[in-house]
Amino acid sequence: MVKKSNLGKIKGFSIQFLPYSEIRDLGSSERIRKILKIVLENNILILQGKLKSEEETRLIEDTMAMVDHVKNFRGIELAVISGNGSEGVWNKMKKGVANAIVGGDLGAVTIVGPATIVKEIKRNPKKIELMLNK
Amino acid sequence: MVIKVVKNFFTRIFSNMFKSRRDIRLGFYGPPNAGKTSLANRICKDFTGEEIGTVSKIPHETRTIQFKEKVEIEFKGKKMVFKMVDTPGITTRIDYEDFLKYRMKKKDAKKRAKEATQGVIESIKWLDDMDIVVIVLDATENPYNQVNITIIGNLVARKIPVLIVANKIDKNRADAKKIEAAFPEYDVVGISAKYGKNLEEFYESVFKLSKKI
Repeated sequence: MVKKSNLGKIKGFSIQFLPYSEIRDLGSSERIRKILKIVLENNILILQGKLKSEEETRLIEDTMAMVDHVKNFRGIELAVISGNGSEGVWNKMKKGVANAIVGGDLGAVTIVGPATIVKEIKRNPKKIELMLNK
Repeated sequence: MVIKVVKNFFTRIFSNMFKSRRDIRLGFYGPPNAGKTSLANRICKDFTGEEIGTVSKIPHETRTIQFKEKVEIEFKGKKMVFKMVDTPGITTRIDYEDFLKYRMKKKDAKKRAKEATQGVIESIKWLDDMDIVVIVLDATENPYNQVNITIIGNLVARKIPVLIVANKIDKNRADAKKIEAAFPEYDVVGISAKYGKNLEEFYESVFKLSKKI
């Protein structure tokens, strides 16, 4: 639970966890619609697994279309963390793009947050930080 | 079944003949303000005497796809003709208020933001039409950005050859090695589009990739 005094202007948000089973049987369009619906309700989504690379681009396209049409929506921050759990985050990242594009990796975690709340998702050798807007 | 096999054979033959006749489509992709247009301008200016687009410190200066046809690049006695395709920067967020920091009027900032969102969509749609893609990254920025990984992932899925450029190596904060470490499976060439630094290595890599098409 984040203390209210640390949140500055942010009125409120919640973090929502979505197991992969919730999107496994959905088509690409439904998956993206579900993710964006959660994010549009001012939630930071933590999704088990990851989208296929073409679904990620579709997510970006649909996000841009919504920035154009939904008042006060400025887009999303997106990060995918993947690996088998036996090595550090940095090493997992250094494994490169090849492992990051397969899609459906249940060891992966996808973080999607509204840009009005999540300023940046910073990655460095030791940690991943969600920087929130004040 | 036999008809289908014969049909596929001729389709392949004719599409290859067509492919070999047209110019190689060289796309410049990457996040906003990484120097895509600066690099495309540098190449176009060197080989055609004309630039492809305008550059600005304000992000999303390029908001529509820009082309330059018949750019004949000569390198070490070899010549290749390219169709240069400069694309708007791809991002997951666009906030018109960011443009206000550059003393832009609110109305203009909103217009720029609207055009920029459409530019991102257009860039993604064009991915399929590229023969080679140059991913231009700002070497002073953190390369572990999901958008970079997403674009490269899509190109790999489409079997489009990729060259990564670490631009702005003239700046003190630039770290091309960090980009190399982030994308170990790819050729990474450190350049300065602004000052034309290390473009020989860039051309060599582009020519090498052209053979993979």
